[in-house]
Amino acid sequence: MASVALAGTTLVAKAGVARQGRRRSSVNVNAAAYNGAYAEELVATANKIATPGKGILAMDESNATCGKRLESIGLENTVESRQAYRELLVTTPGLGEYISGAILFEETLFQDTRKGTSMVDELNKNGILPGIKVDKGLHPLANSNGESWCAGLDGLDQRCADYYKQGARFAKWRSVVSIPAGPTAIAVRDCAYGLARYAAIAQNAGLVPIVEPEILLDGEHDIDRTLEVAEMTWAETFKYLADNNVLFEGILLKPSMVTPGAEHKKRSTPDEVASYTLKMLRRRVPPAVPGIMFLSGGQSELESTLNLNAMNQSPNPWHVSFSYARALQNSVLKTWKGEEGNVQIAQEALLKRAKANSQAQLGKYDPAGESSEAAKGMFEKGYTY
Amino acid sequence: MPIALEEIASQLAAPGKGLLASDESTGTIGKRLEKAGFENSEETRRSYRELFYTAPIGDAGISGAILFKETLRQSAGDGTPFTQCLLRQGVLPGIKVDEGLVPLEGRPGETSTRGLEGLEAACRQYAADGARFAKWRAALKVGAGRPSERAIELNAQQLAEYAAVCQACGMVPIVEPELLIDGDHDTAAFAHASARAISRCGVVLEATLLKPQMILPGRLRAIHPAMHALAGADYSGPRPSPDDVAHETLRVMRRCVPPALPGIMFLSGGQTEEEATVNLNRINQLAQQQGRAPWALSFSFGRSLQASVLKLWSEDPSGNRQRCRDMAAALAQANSQAVLGRFEGPHPSVTSQQGSLRESFRGWRTDV
Repeated sequence: MASVALAGTTLVAKAGVARQGRRRSSVNVNAAAYNGAYAEELVATANKIATPGKGILAMDESNATCGKRLESIGLENTVESRQAYRELLVTTPGLGEYISGAILFEETLFQDTRKGTSMVDELNKNGILPGIKVDKGLHPLANSNGESWCAGLDGLDQRCADYYKQGARFAKWRSVVSIPAGPTAIAVRDCAYGLARYAAIAQNAGLVPIVEPEILLDGEHDIDRTLEVAEMTWAETFKYLADNNVLFEGILLKPSMVTPGAEHKKRSTPDEVASYTLKMLRRRVPPAVPGIMFLSGGQSELESTLNLNAMNQSPNPWHVSFSYARALQNSVLKTWKGEEGNVQIAQEALLKRAKANSQAQLGKYDPAGESSEAAKGMFEKGYTY
Repeated sequence: MPIALEEIASQLAAPGKGLLASDESTGTIGKRLEKAGFENSEETRRSYRELFYTAPIGDAGISGAILFKETLRQSAGDGTPFTQCLLRQGVLPGIKVDEGLVPLEGRPGETSTRGLEGLEAACRQYAADGARFAKWRAALKVGAGRPSERAIELNAQQLAEYAAVCQACGMVPIVEPELLIDGDHDTAAFAHASARAISRCGVVLEATLLKPQMILPGRLRAIHPAMHALAGADYSGPRPSPDDVAHETLRVMRRCVPPALPGIMFLSGGQTEEEATVNLNRINQLAQQQGRAPWALSFSFGRSLQASVLKLWSEDPSGNRQRCRDMAAALAQANSQAVLGRFEGPHPSVTSQQGSLRESFRGWRTDV
């Protein structure tokens, strides 16, 4: 062993001498994927979230967006009403059987319930890992075709460290791609690159990054066009993730399903959506990634569940699950209506949707007994998050 | 995209099947023949390859054989074209289409691959001659400051273009990214750059195969031809266990290879015949145990399917021909079992005791 090592040293030394005096041009630094202090924990966290039968409750609406939800049921958008609503969600008994993680907005991560316990503690009591939205929203992308870029890299390392200290264990960053706008190459590149940089920073702070390049539902395009754009976007994203030494075993993806545009004349069946979406995933996602948690993006509660179920009819090389906001919350809001007396039945509505999606993750969902409310589409043209 | 191409790819990577890589260029095979005491003539090369194509390798688990262009137009002694010898026993003929490595302008020690010019015409001809798949080798060095962004982008682009042309001409492309590395990051960087290039070129992954190395952790690897000479013929040091090879290889494949690709056909490199089989076997056993390995984990072996055959042949060129054919089939069978994770031994090899099959004239030289 010693002689081999010595030989190695000699050889390297000789090579080094030969290279002296040559100008070093731009090169890749030969670093392995992130293997720092949080590496093992990241992998454990990602796997915990990507548990069979479980998915994510996305409840990280910004104050403005949350306000829209509350106003739709006649409530004023105040700290207290947001607190009451989020408390309803996180204290739902038994929610942890179907939900492995909940994405919070910053206000909620640092918020207490009205009885004085922290939202974070309530989630942990329920066996649910707290996550945190870390991006700073979309801004117009200069010289593009009316497209957006996602801000938030400045000071992200410090924010992530603070969030970890507060109890967050995973993060989320949502960038968007618009098919009607092109998309232009610069928009796709920035989307992918921003996600990659965020992912690297988050991992270094101990947070599992959820990588979300949402291909917006808006548009008249057909499902083949969505497939094309999705493949291109994910190819770009993975190239930059690799370049940024992101540890694939410690990330989760949050893609949109591959469907036709919302204004396309022909609807697709769950089997078609599943077939196209799985084809895209199989082409673009290496098996090292433990979990793929779909966004619902304006689909109805029922559609989101049916599509997820169709994708889980045979084994996949990654956990294929959900990270739903509107598709888990719509019925809850409509049932609660802001009334204290309705908290229990509202929580039951949440459990019902969570269980349905849990069943879908296992490929065992049965739509018999779903309400008409669940079938209502939630697409809003030009929706801003 | 004709579904037929996806079917060919699946056929090549079918359970228990693998490839015979017999596409050594005239120079490379010549050095091997000379080392074994033979003359490097066209007839010797033909006679040598005949041993394999007239052996019952199809039944022994070979789904495809990669040929050098000279060999594609050669025949057995009885006049049967080699492509026929192969096809009649269910073995698909393939063809090496790259023209070797060339130094990269302004990047000492780095290379790109020659062969894109005139590739389409060449592929159409090869397909007409019976080839159903092709192979292209790109090479990246890892060392201080390498591979450069330029080397990654150029090699990725070249192999994507090759793959697109290949598919357009009705052949399944095998992509061989040869990387001499100690860590796996650079595998990921090159792999995903290639994936992006492939996506841009409209290559169908379901009709593409990969030919990477197994990852042999802890092995001292030279990164420059001069080092081969300095280190001596066998500088391999302590050999990694099959478990280490299996764990590391699967880890890297899971990071780099999308599920849509039907088969990963490992090259053997400088491993002994027995090492290559045992490592392949362990890879498959571990994959079965752990799951999340959705591609076939198979072989595209050159030296590890041939060394013992050549040795027997050199011992009695006229008298040993049947023994050589039996050995060719036995070596194939051992590796076919390994793909199923069922190799038990003893290994038929008669060269493993002699140590590594590493050769100083392979690897980074651009004139082979």
